[in-house]
Amino acid sequence: MPIEVQYVWYTYPSGIEALKGISLTVEDRDFLVIMGPNGAGKTTLLKTLNGLIKPTKGRVLVDGVDTRHATVAELSRKVGLVFQNPDHQLFCSTVEEEIAFALRNFGFNEEEIKERVEWALETLGLEEYRDVSPLMLSGGEKKRVALASVLVWDPKYLVLDEPTLGQDYAQKEKLREIICGLLGQRAVIIVTHDIEFVVDFRPRPRVALMADGRIIAEGKAEEVLTDPELLSRASLVRPQVPEVLFNLREKGLPVRTDVLDLVEARDAIISLARGLA
Amino acid sequence: MGIIEVEDVSFTYSGSKRPALDHVDLSIKKSEFVILTGPSGCGKTTLCRCLNGLVPHFYSGDFRGRVLVAGLDTREHEIWELSQHVGLVFQNPENQLFCLTVEADVAFGPENLGLPREEIRRRVEWALKVTGMWELRHRPPHELSGGQQQRAAIAAVLAMKPEVLVLDEPTSFLDPAGAAEILSLVAELNKRLGITVLLVEHRLDMTSPYADRVVVMAKGRIALDGPPEEVLTSREARELGVGIPKVIRLYELLAERGLRLPEVPLSPGQMASLISEVVRCR
Ligand SMILES: Nc1ncnc2c1ncn2[C@@H]1O[C@H](COP(=O)(O)OP(=O)(O)OP(=O)(O)O)[C@@H](O)[C@H]1O
Ligand SMILES: Nc1ncnc2c1ncn2[C@@H]1O[C@H](COP(=O)(O)OP(=O)(O)OP(=O)(O)O)[C@@H](O)[C@H]1O
Ligand SMILES: [Mg+2]
Ligand SMILES: [Mg+2]
Repeated sequence: MPIEVQYVWYTYPSGIEALKGISLTVEDRDFLVIMGPNGAGKTTLLKTLNGLIKPTKGRVLVDGVDTRHATVAELSRKVGLVFQNPDHQLFCSTVEEEIAFALRNFGFNEEEIKERVEWALETLGLEEYRDVSPLMLSGGEKKRVALASVLVWDPKYLVLDEPTLGQDYAQKEKLREIICGLLGQRAVIIVTHDIEFVVDFRPRPRVALMADGRIIAEGKAEEVLTDPELLSRASLVRPQVPEVLFNLREKGLPVRTDVLDLVEARDAIISLARGLA
Repeated sequence: MGIIEVEDVSFTYSGSKRPALDHVDLSIKKSEFVILTGPSGCGKTTLCRCLNGLVPHFYSGDFRGRVLVAGLDTREHEIWELSQHVGLVFQNPENQLFCLTVEADVAFGPENLGLPREEIRRRVEWALKVTGMWELRHRPPHELSGGQQQRAAIAAVLAMKPEVLVLDEPTSFLDPAGAAEILSLVAELNKRLGITVLLVEHRLDMTSPYADRVVVMAKGRIALDGPPEEVLTSREARELGVGIPKVIRLYELLAERGLRLPEVPLSPGQMASLISEVVRCR
């Protein structure tokens, strides 16, 4: 069964209307990326999925359960949310305890906890920090602890708010590997501004664009992320590869521009050169 | 002498086993635009903290060597004094905002500089406008989205108009159009006013066209230092896990197929011009 966001509105207590009628379905093994301007409502939307925020109007159903009738703890077993700012998520006194925290809450046995924590420490390159306070880590390291502390319980719906925040290229590729390993088994929902990270996924995700509390487009990455009008409405900048091709087209050279892949772009440019020669 | 002189600096945080900085030497000239990059945990933020005196005055630990900023030895001058010369945009914007409104946070620095009221008003308005925060100026910072907080933190530092601007991953929360705008603004301040820029970044695709130098750190040391075209095509940069911009990877893929461009491109526009020249005269 899916997550169904049905015509959801949300107004913060201070009066800011952050979500204005959002409808969205996340199927069981979906791979969805949500992008859009600062303040569009992406983080607010993600917080409705595990019940941290309850809709002012409309409803969110997680496997048929209305989030207004379940606690965050119950919903979290299925919906694992990694916060945008890791400082909002880390509160234990060591990295190891932080990563084991949810497993203990969910009643995993000690042996399994140990095994899973080791896996998470190793996969995210945190072994040497196991006894260190999360507060004493670098920005990128904190984010990896936050990621580890959710990945470790293997939620059915993995919800990541800016997972590449503070990550270097090698760490991003590691993260990509982890995510790709989950595709087809778990649903993965990512909010990110990192367009180059998105376009390098194989398979490519479905992309939803948000602006001003609404979803303004939803479709294949190739279509959404090369459409000039949509990009500009979502405060996105065309990825480098199609940007090179667009620039060539503007100089009057006949090339395709809906290409996100480096090798495809190379071939398009090589055949352009041969065609002109 | 450079406006920033880091001389054989080592620093180990109290309670930490490993040094976060390990014999670092770095000299930055006035009006240079330098990118600092390197793997997560390599010491970039710690180096930034040395430049405005947070290390060693606020973060305790074992500090060796010497840092001079605008001629001031950071050990002998207080954070407040140093901050009149160096503005640091923190990696986590939340840690930079502590007032009840965005406007008060942006005005805080200029007010403490003791500037005339009219000048404060002008600077605050300018900083809020160029960061897209004017409409949100009366909002409390903790009721903002991540990107809005980062814009406010940048505005608060810009309003100080420091002669050295140190930005620690200042675009990590920004939407891509916003990131491009802020970067071109920083580049303009660098060009027009001669403000020295040290920019910590993992995403070199957007930033490298502006840089005079790219410095790569690894494990608390300076590993590479040179013009972007050189550093980003080096084998060492790859081995250190530096994210090579797509235009440079495409440049290399084309060269493998015999299509050689006369220069290493740093931006899509530049790359398209180079390709167009080469294919038309073949
Ligand atoms: N705690 C809060 N109280 C009041 N308003 C808030 C709060 N958090 C966010 N907002 C407002 O709600 C709107 C949506 O914010 P949200 O954090 O969902 O945006 P976002 O799309 O995640 O942006 P970003 O890309 O900057 O992270 C914004 O206008 C923001 O200022
Ligand atoms: N307050 C602190 N106390 C103790 N150790 C710290 C503290 N802050 C950082 N460290 C450690 O010092 C080293 C360098 O950290 P620093 O924050 O300078 O790295 P960085 O290059 O900025 O990383 P990132 O790209 O992840 O932000 C890391 O090993 C980190 O764990
Ligand atoms: Mg957000
Ligand atoms: Mg850092």
